[in-house]
Amino acid sequence: MALQTTWFLLWGLLWAVFFMTDGFDFGIGTLYPFLGKNNDEKRIMLNSMGPLWDGNEVWLITAGGVTFAAFPKVYSVMFSSLYSALMLILFALILRGVSLEFRGKVDNSGWRTLWDTCIFIGSFVPALLFGVAFANIFQGIPIDENGVYLGTLFTLLNPYGLLGGLLFLFLFLVHGALWLAIKTEGELHDRAVSAANSLWFLLLITAVVFLVTTKYKTALYDNYINNPILFLLPVLNVLALLGIKFYLTKKSYFKAWFASALTIVLCTFFGVVGLFPNLFPSSLNPEYSLSAYNASSSPLTLKIMLIVTVIFIPVVIAYQVWVIAYQVWTYNLFKGKVTKADLAYEEDAAY
Amino acid sequence: MDVLLLSRLQFAAATMFHFLFVPLTLGLSVLVAYMETKYARTGDEIYLSMTKFWSKLFLINFALGVVTGITLEFQFGTNWSRYSAYVGDIFGSLLAIEATAAFFLESTLLGVWIFGWKKLSRKAHAAVMWLVALAGTVSAVWILIANGWMQHPVGYEIRNGRAELTDFFAVVFNPFAMLEFLHTVSAAYVLSAFFVMGISAYHLLKKQHVEFFTRSFRIALVFGLVFSIFVAVNGDMHGVHVTKVQPAKLAAMEAHWETATQAPLHLFAIPDEKNERNLIEIGSIPGLLSFLGHHDFDAEVKGLKDFPKEERPPVLLSLLAFRTMVGLGTLFPILMIIGWYLRNRLTESPVYLKTMLFAIPLPYIAIEMGWVLAEVGRQPWIVYGLMKTSDAVSPIATSQVLVSLIAFILVYGLLGATGFYLIAENAKKGPVH
Repeated sequence: MALQTTWFLLWGLLWAVFFMTDGFDFGIGTLYPFLGKNNDEKRIMLNSMGPLWDGNEVWLITAGGVTFAAFPKVYSVMFSSLYSALMLILFALILRGVSLEFRGKVDNSGWRTLWDTCIFIGSFVPALLFGVAFANIFQGIPIDENGVYLGTLFTLLNPYGLLGGLLFLFLFLVHGALWLAIKTEGELHDRAVSAANSLWFLLLITAVVFLVTTKYKTALYDNYINNPILFLLPVLNVLALLGIKFYLTKKSYFKAWFASALTIVLCTFFGVVGLFPNLFPSSLNPEYSLSAYNASSSPLTLKIMLIVTVIFIPVVIAYQVWVIAYQVWTYNLFKGKVTKADLAYEEDAAY
Repeated sequence: MDVLLLSRLQFAAATMFHFLFVPLTLGLSVLVAYMETKYARTGDEIYLSMTKFWSKLFLINFALGVVTGITLEFQFGTNWSRYSAYVGDIFGSLLAIEATAAFFLESTLLGVWIFGWKKLSRKAHAAVMWLVALAGTVSAVWILIANGWMQHPVGYEIRNGRAELTDFFAVVFNPFAMLEFLHTVSAAYVLSAFFVMGISAYHLLKKQHVEFFTRSFRIALVFGLVFSIFVAVNGDMHGVHVTKVQPAKLAAMEAHWETATQAPLHLFAIPDEKNERNLIEIGSIPGLLSFLGHHDFDAEVKGLKDFPKEERPPVLLSLLAFRTMVGLGTLFPILMIIGWYLRNRLTESPVYLKTMLFAIPLPYIAIEMGWVLAEVGRQPWIVYGLMKTSDAVSPIATSQVLVSLIAFILVYGLLGATGFYLIAENAKKGPVH
């Protein structure tokens, strides 16, 4: 029981960290056509996430891998049920990855426009669809007793699912805009700050609507009502959300970005804690739901994976934090920014 | 067309495409790390420009390898959900360990390497590339342990209606996986050597950047010579092991129907699977199959007829894949040995240089055929002797899989063409510094 509960929380944590890290890349990629007014600015935007996006994406592979290892039954039902949605996400991620690499390799504006479009699609689609997928999990998925999905891609595109998609989209857009505010200067910086300000209001409205709708569309609040202490989580969540605006107003962009990272993690956990012990609830019959208790691996596998995770995840976090910190505070804040002068050197700007 | 066939085609397309990029990532990272180490030690600028030139090609290739790898992990869930639920206790943990312990390190460190030229010291920067190479190899270890388990499952018990792990170290030290790892990684090194030698040959033929490409050629030559011999020796050991644990695969790849001692090896044969015989057998050497399988000319080799019809792998495909792989694998050390004799007069050996330029695709073909043999030869099993491929497929709509298969072919086709075009263009441009 304890092992399964631990793994349930780790499962939630890995998805939360993935959203927190790759989230700002999705945000930057979606803002990309709107904030970058010329090729230099576009390159600055891409290089601001240059050293990080690939490492960030590995959190998805880890979250997927851990789902497979710790909850094989969930892995098999979740990804076969969400087949088309997941394929769309994967193709989008493929496009984003190669576009970053391809874009600068041929000096031709048509070539660049092509990959610019792909970067936008490759960032916008996952941002939206991850939200749609998780909101649907929160409200339950039509799976029968054998884990067979009785819907289509369009079943997922219901109002609550789309609301979840919007929530994730705004979370990531704010997150990305704040990263740009840290990493850039001049007009691009000013545009990023004003985008962060306006997007924050949209995020606030969406978050409030989402929290209220969740009461009617899902059973997430049951766990909270049974253990009122858990309400601390959404309270902290709201504080983090307000913290973004607070630090944004004070022009402390790194603190604002940090508050935004915290918001994303707490937001994911708000849902995950509400789901407990279910990982993939059935909307047809609660007995068909896949939970940490009926869908986990054997105790031996859970133990081995726990050892592996306890050793390696902190190492991974340590060096990612080191790389991010290096990005933010290299020598001094000014040097930590990607500037037009940097673009001349391949050593500083690979994209 | 049913979900099973479409899913198999999709997995084959996705894996084979992914594997166009993986071997070069494994091998070229080692060569680039070596070149950069030479630069860090000697300060000779030519090694710096070698590092930059070859790493540019490496990075385009790496990007394609990474993005096409992600879909593979998720396809076990999307298309093979019954398999995932049945063996996830073992197989899933191996994939998860790969991501956590190796792939993370590789991706993050590569970011550090690309953007760290001015921020790290020369030596530290070179060390980062060694770590990238090491992490890539460790990734390969775990992926091949996972595949090795599908080939020869060990360390498990059937409990609660699924395969559950009982002995983690038996799984990790599965001899099948170890042999597969050594075979795959050394083959990847051979491919990378051919890649570097072939591109170097192109420039040497044009007599441009002669010093630069002669040195590149020689570094790759040593690497290729060692590993082209190693891969053949290891392939022989691998063959003996396959004979022991996957006798049906051996019988299929040799079109060997009747159980016999002093079993002959046919250099080439065309099997007639319906009538359980070979239409044509060319160059039969008595006793050689017994020798290859058991290192004993008199040993008994089990024939296909000893396996129920529904448990035999496709014979023709296994046979062709095996012969292509072995034929090319025999050619590679020969080309390397010739290169060794000509190493000091490369520019005066245009025929050899041209051969090496056109030889670039050959190790790609050999490696792909090796995987065809490994996977097709294992059929009808997804996990040898434990679970059939037909029982492993997801209960999903055919239309979904058809659409995604078409998308895979279109997207991968376009990206692959663009990727190889960019690699070729940048390779032809030569060093710019």
